[in-house]
Amino acid sequence: MQDFSYVAAQTLSEAVALLDENGEKARILAGGTDLIVNVREGRRDVDLMIDVKSVPEVNVLDYDANTGLTLGAAVECYKIYAVDAICDAYPGLIDATKIIGGTAIQGRAGVGGNLCNASPAADCIPPLIVLNTTCVIAGPNGERELPVEQFCTAPGQTALENGEMLVSLKIPAPASNSSSFYLRFIPRNEMDIAVVGAGASVTLDDAKETIVSARIALAAVAPTPLFAEEASTLLAGREVSDAAIDDAAQAAQAIARPISDMRGTAEQRTHLVGVLTRRALNGAIQRIRD
Amino acid sequence: MARKSHVQTTINGETVEFLCESRQSLLEVLRDELYLTGAKEGCNNGNCGACSVILDGRLVNSCLVLGVETEGKSVETIEGLADPDKLHPIQDAFLENAALQCGICTPGFIMSAKALLDSNPNPTEHEIRYWLAGNLCRCTGYDKIVKAVMDAAKETSA
Repeated sequence: MQDFSYVAAQTLSEAVALLDENGEKARILAGGTDLIVNVREGRRDVDLMIDVKSVPEVNVLDYDANTGLTLGAAVECYKIYAVDAICDAYPGLIDATKIIGGTAIQGRAGVGGNLCNASPAADCIPPLIVLNTTCVIAGPNGERELPVEQFCTAPGQTALENGEMLVSLKIPAPASNSSSFYLRFIPRNEMDIAVVGAGASVTLDDAKETIVSARIALAAVAPTPLFAEEASTLLAGREVSDAAIDDAAQAAQAIARPISDMRGTAEQRTHLVGVLTRRALNGAIQRIRD
Repeated sequence: MARKSHVQTTINGETVEFLCESRQSLLEVLRDELYLTGAKEGCNNGNCGACSVILDGRLVNSCLVLGVETEGKSVETIEGLADPDKLHPIQDAFLENAALQCGICTPGFIMSAKALLDSNPNPTEHEIRYWLAGNLCRCTGYDKIVKAVMDAAKETSA
């Protein structure tokens, strides 16, 4: 592996100052399950790793039924799905945290790192998008917020400017009669990367018959995870029906622009977007009704 | 040559000090600096689990941890498992069930199984299979390993 320096930052301001001083070859180290592999395999050129696991702000895991979830950027997957209230509130996010790698990966990897790695196939990003997540970003000029669907800009690239780091993710409290769902297609049972992933969140009316609002997001069908906006908004006010869900699935397919690679062809991926969008929506609706 | 850092950590209950470069993984430190060669290098990218160790009570791939990150932490490796005169029940169960052939994946499987039984003393077969999904074995076909872990669970929770 290439040579680099290592600093364990103790405060957020120390981490930001180090990032700012050292330019783009400085990277934040949290779980390291992507970063260390990328540096070892020559895909990232890094000369300073800033370990932030001792910084309090990136370790926050705070859920309140009224205000929602604050999820520190370095919180590992296993800590998230260990909290029953979070599992109940955001089942779509939990779906993703439980299928990222295996046990050993989930012991180190977190949702924040999955986002910052900015893989088009990242399992956590569609659930974050459908849950209306806001990214809290710290930089040399202070803090700013960004909707998560604007965070990834290209494969491996994010909206973080020089000197900026992701601090936490803020997810609103779930509305009543709402739920979420994420699933992916892989040719195995576990330990694989999504050929296509789809997430959905749905809010129904009190009778649980009519869709009040929905959000759909897709992974691995474009250079970044996608918010399927038209597919989402066309569902508002529709009665729950196969026709409504088919319309959304078709609209989701229309924005997919997949490539063909070792995991699947563009044609297969486009087909899968339809299948998985339907399953994600039906899965979320089923969870509301259960 | 790159600057080395001084690290103090606890390995299998004993305080250990070592010098390492930032770029050395915990796996490289264990094997090349401390001569604890039980953890194996398989894929070196977090897919195979041959390097599995327990770090502060959590199962990790030691190839995906930097040696410098273990300052002040506690590491359990396969070398710390057996008593001087007696194998650990998981090790016995692997022998009894013929749960290994070439053996290179075995230290990783056993540490992974230990982390499972530490947190869940009576796992179902389904839970065992998913927990061990990050450990690859190209010899046994997994059934004997799963049976060994089920037997070890019976033994340790009895």
